Amino acid sequence: MIEVAGLGKTFTMHTQGEAVIEVLRDAALSVAAGECVALTGPSGSGKSTLMRVLYGNYLAGAGRVVVAGTDIARAKPQEIVALRRHTLGYVSQFLRVVPRVPALQVVAEPLLALDVSEAAALDQARALLTRLRIPQTLWSLSPTTFSGGEQQRVNIARGFAHPYPALLLDEPTASLDAANRETVLCLIEEAKARGAAIVGIFHDAAARARVADREVDVSQFAPAPA
Amino acid sequence: MTPLLEVTGLTKRYGARIGCADVGFELYAGEVMGIVGESGSGKSTLLACMAGHLAPDTGRVVFDTRAEGPRDTLTMSEAERRMLGRTDWAFVHQNPRDGLRMRISAGGNVGERLMAVGARHYGQIREAALDWLERVEIAQDRIDDRPAAFSGGMQQRLQIARNLVSGPRLVFMDEPTGGLDVSVQARLLDLLRGLVRRLGLSVVVVTHDLAVIRLLADRVMVMKEGRVVETGLTDQVLDDPQHAYTQLLVSSVLQA
Repeated sequence: MIEVAGLGKTFTMHTQGEAVIEVLRDAALSVAAGECVALTGPSGSGKSTLMRVLYGNYLAGAGRVVVAGTDIARAKPQEIVALRRHTLGYVSQFLRVVPRVPALQVVAEPLLALDVSEAAALDQARALLTRLRIPQTLWSLSPTTFSGGEQQRVNIARGFAHPYPALLLDEPTASLDAANRETVLCLIEEAKARGAAIVGIFHDAAARARVADREVDVSQFAPAPA
Repeated sequence: MTPLLEVTGLTKRYGARIGCADVGFELYAGEVMGIVGESGSGKSTLLACMAGHLAPDTGRVVFDTRAEGPRDTLTMSEAERRMLGRTDWAFVHQNPRDGLRMRISAGGNVGERLMAVGARHYGQIREAALDWLERVEIAQDRIDDRPAAFSGGMQQRLQIARNLVSGPRLVFMDEPTGGLDVSVQARLLDLLRGLVRRLGLSVVVVTHDLAVIRLLADRVMVMKEGRVVETGLTDQVLDDPQHAYTQLLVSSVLQA
């Protein structure tokens, strides 16, 4: 489902004296349907960079990044938009939404974009918010005013609203209490069971051991020092 | 798939100065494209040239018309272009006063556009106006008030209602949230996003506000001195800008 080969990523900071930072060289990754791969490596080794390249958020410098048959390194913006809408989900660490939109709508949005009926989308959003223990009194409020943990749970609900065949998870269990952490791990296991290919970053070692089938140490893709 | 809008080699000079130079892109149905750049970068000139408000020196603006398929709107007759401006195209100005008639009622502002495309039945026109006031969150009992009595945010929402009532497929927007309080901006952005999704609108939106672009646009085009310096998926351009100018723009945004 996800195939990365020969991936290189370099940042050139034109506004900071043309500094060039090479983060990944010849990176490779392969994730099958129903499999969860955890990215590991010390801070700064490129885990998040690799994740963002997989989502098309960072531009790949070299190589192939194929998700469900689309090479993100070469795809047109329209193709990536379509891929994200139908196939590739992403739970980032931070929630980015229009300030005024209620939590329920935020969670239903990915479904509405897929032409799911409003009633069905809202039902699914209610079910997920309930499962993630967001009190019903908050559903009609904008998550921008929520606590960090609540925002993260809204973000997770949004990421799991549609059964994406491929899913990227950036620290999905950070800042969650035990009960919610358990819910999120169950959501991940259910996604695997229905055949989703998952790439995740989990600092929570126990969570990683439970849901990840394999670990890939990203520091092996660090460019050799010149 | 035929693009809804295909712009090629669009150039406009003001004497020796470049307004915009050799701009080209394709826009597909349901897509929102943002054009960013600081003031003077040529984005408003470009928008005006595309929308037929300003005659470019060279280039093509091909629109996939309902009746005859793709046609270059720059070589259309003035009457044809005006008809397009009332039916399939809409233009939302930064200043609602430029897009509204301030001396007629809110309902009249919405109804007028329907009458321009042949609606004559008073009851149906008023019905449509009421429906659109509701959609843009203006209380229906304000239908007979003049826009001059409205707040800036309400005027902007009324302008949007007036523009969308005739069911356009392509909407040009020039700084639609400019000059509004941030709380009003958020409400307008939410409204625009909902309308774009529900009506399947294609939009070309010009703004210097990168936060607006991030929330509204699928794709973005960055302009500097009349030329496009970078283009791509919105979050990719904003989070991993390649061109020096885009990097400067993104890094110059003040964090609230």
